[in-house]
Amino acid sequence: MTSLANTAPLSRRLLQQLIEEVRHWPISLKIGTSVLTLIVLAGVFAPWLTPYDPYYQDLLNALQAPSWAHPFGTDMFGRDIFARVLYGIRIDMQIGFFTTYVPLTYGVMLGALAGYHGGWFDAVLMRIIDVAVAFPFLVLIIVIIAILGPGVHNIYVAVFLVAWAMYARLARSEMLVERTKDYVLAARVLGFGSGRIVLAHALPNIISSSIVFSMSDFVLNILLVSGLSFLGLGVQPPAPEWGAMIAEGRDFILDAWWICTLPGLVVVLTGTALSLVGDGLARRLGHNRKSLM
Amino acid sequence: MLFLNYIANRLLQMMPVIFGISLVGFFAIHLVPGDPIQIMMHGHASPESVAAARAQLGLDRPLLEQYGRFVMLAVTGDFGQSIVQRQAVGAIVGERVLPTVFLLSYSTVLAILIALPLALISARYSDHLVDHAIRIGGMVGFAMPPFWVGLLLMLFFGLYLRWLPVSGLGNDFADRVRHLLLPSATIALFLAPILVQSLRSAMLEVMTADYIEVARAKGLTPRRILLKHVLRNALIPVITILAVNIGWLLSGAVIVEYVFSYPGLGSLLVRAVSYRDYPVIQGLSIVFGVLVVIVNLMADLSYILVDRRVLKK
Repeated sequence: MTSLANTAPLSRRLLQQLIEEVRHWPISLKIGTSVLTLIVLAGVFAPWLTPYDPYYQDLLNALQAPSWAHPFGTDMFGRDIFARVLYGIRIDMQIGFFTTYVPLTYGVMLGALAGYHGGWFDAVLMRIIDVAVAFPFLVLIIVIIAILGPGVHNIYVAVFLVAWAMYARLARSEMLVERTKDYVLAARVLGFGSGRIVLAHALPNIISSSIVFSMSDFVLNILLVSGLSFLGLGVQPPAPEWGAMIAEGRDFILDAWWICTLPGLVVVLTGTALSLVGDGLARRLGHNRKSLM
Repeated sequence: MLFLNYIANRLLQMMPVIFGISLVGFFAIHLVPGDPIQIMMHGHASPESVAAARAQLGLDRPLLEQYGRFVMLAVTGDFGQSIVQRQAVGAIVGERVLPTVFLLSYSTVLAILIALPLALISARYSDHLVDHAIRIGGMVGFAMPPFWVGLLLMLFFGLYLRWLPVSGLGNDFADRVRHLLLPSATIALFLAPILVQSLRSAMLEVMTADYIEVARAKGLTPRRILLKHVLRNALIPVITILAVNIGWLLSGAVIVEYVFSYPGLGSLLVRAVSYRDYPVIQGLSIVFGVLVVIVNLMADLSYILVDRRVLKK
């Protein structure tokens, strides 16, 4: 709270605050965020990082081992695997992001409302959650995709139908504790509506456990999308999706190990970075490891 | 009496779940956009055979009547005929239940064998270097796609070193254990990281209990406290964690069975979906749901064996 910081322009002050915040980050959060940022940037600037087109087939150069010209080698159609992995970041990270944070948004809200109000709404919601959680996640998603047909669009529909349940359950249990606290009582005494109390007062206090959990969920959703695409139910070839690439390399695994090995390593790198962020966030937010990892 | 109450209570709590499972199974065919019969027959079928299939599946009846019929038949294990195989769904699904259960049990045992020592070390030396190393190793393991791990294990141990078979079921028990080592290890590697983390925090929680303090005050060695006192009391959380993760395990099994062409429920599901064999999908979704319910029930029963206090709650 120096006078210098207060007279500096707003952008400067925000930057200083950010630097101060980052300085307090645990090491896992720093490493995780850096790696994740690099991966996202690599996806955004993919055209500048590789001269190759991820769809361009160069049959004369098919099944080339990794070299300087092709750092990750080429696949059976002579497509550059490094280029495909880079463009794949756009697909996998995007689907992973939306399949995690869209359900988080309404899952947390539903759970918070149910926890605050109780009554029949809570009872019905909890029964629905019980069923959604009772099914093995992947099986339920596959059954929904069997109903709707394969494709990215239907992955979104399937995940949006199912994945909110975990967040609702998490937010509800936090809300049960939160609603007994004095500030909620105070807000009620002031005559605020329940919507305002839940969304404006309690939500900021209960959302952090969901955010920590969302990092593990993000990893799982990337595994889900690549898994479904591997099974042929998700992103369809020739799109450079990581799981679909691994599936394509399956028949060539003896002659060309790099086709399925290297895209898998990128999945592992991305997932580990996300887990590091989750671990770091849990520490920073003072949760004792509520994340899956 | 307490025992019967406890069981009855548990069963009662599962009724809504079982009802929900039956709804999911039932609607697996009714929510198909367009005409499920046309889709199942891939567009080339005469109007007469479409009408016949519709009548055979009972899709021309009122919805409520269909649901009633579906439940009545499902209870007896009758899910109708497979469209692709021209065989009873019950028989097709039934013969694949045991291989999947075997694979899952095997994977669970392997996962515990991997996770228990790691969790013990992690809890014993919490926040030491070895704890951090185990946690980071867990994060890497958690991020590994099971289908990719399966392919790599197959490539390395099966095709390169030629130590282990990459497919087939094996003849006797020992041979079977050998044949299923790779797929089970794949699922175990998928499950173990979560087990380690939950076990570690369960053990750390037990370590703060009063009786541990007493044991320490008695002058017992840390090793003895950990193995005799902490481990035993961390058993309940272990069972819960395993039961909670059964859905997880089944999800892993679906993909791993497909990778290893293992004749279980998971590979059947993938095949049924690609052929759009809706009666098989219906049967499988019920079986998967019921498997989860049974495992949870078994977990509830095993709590009684580990700790009789749960009966009093």
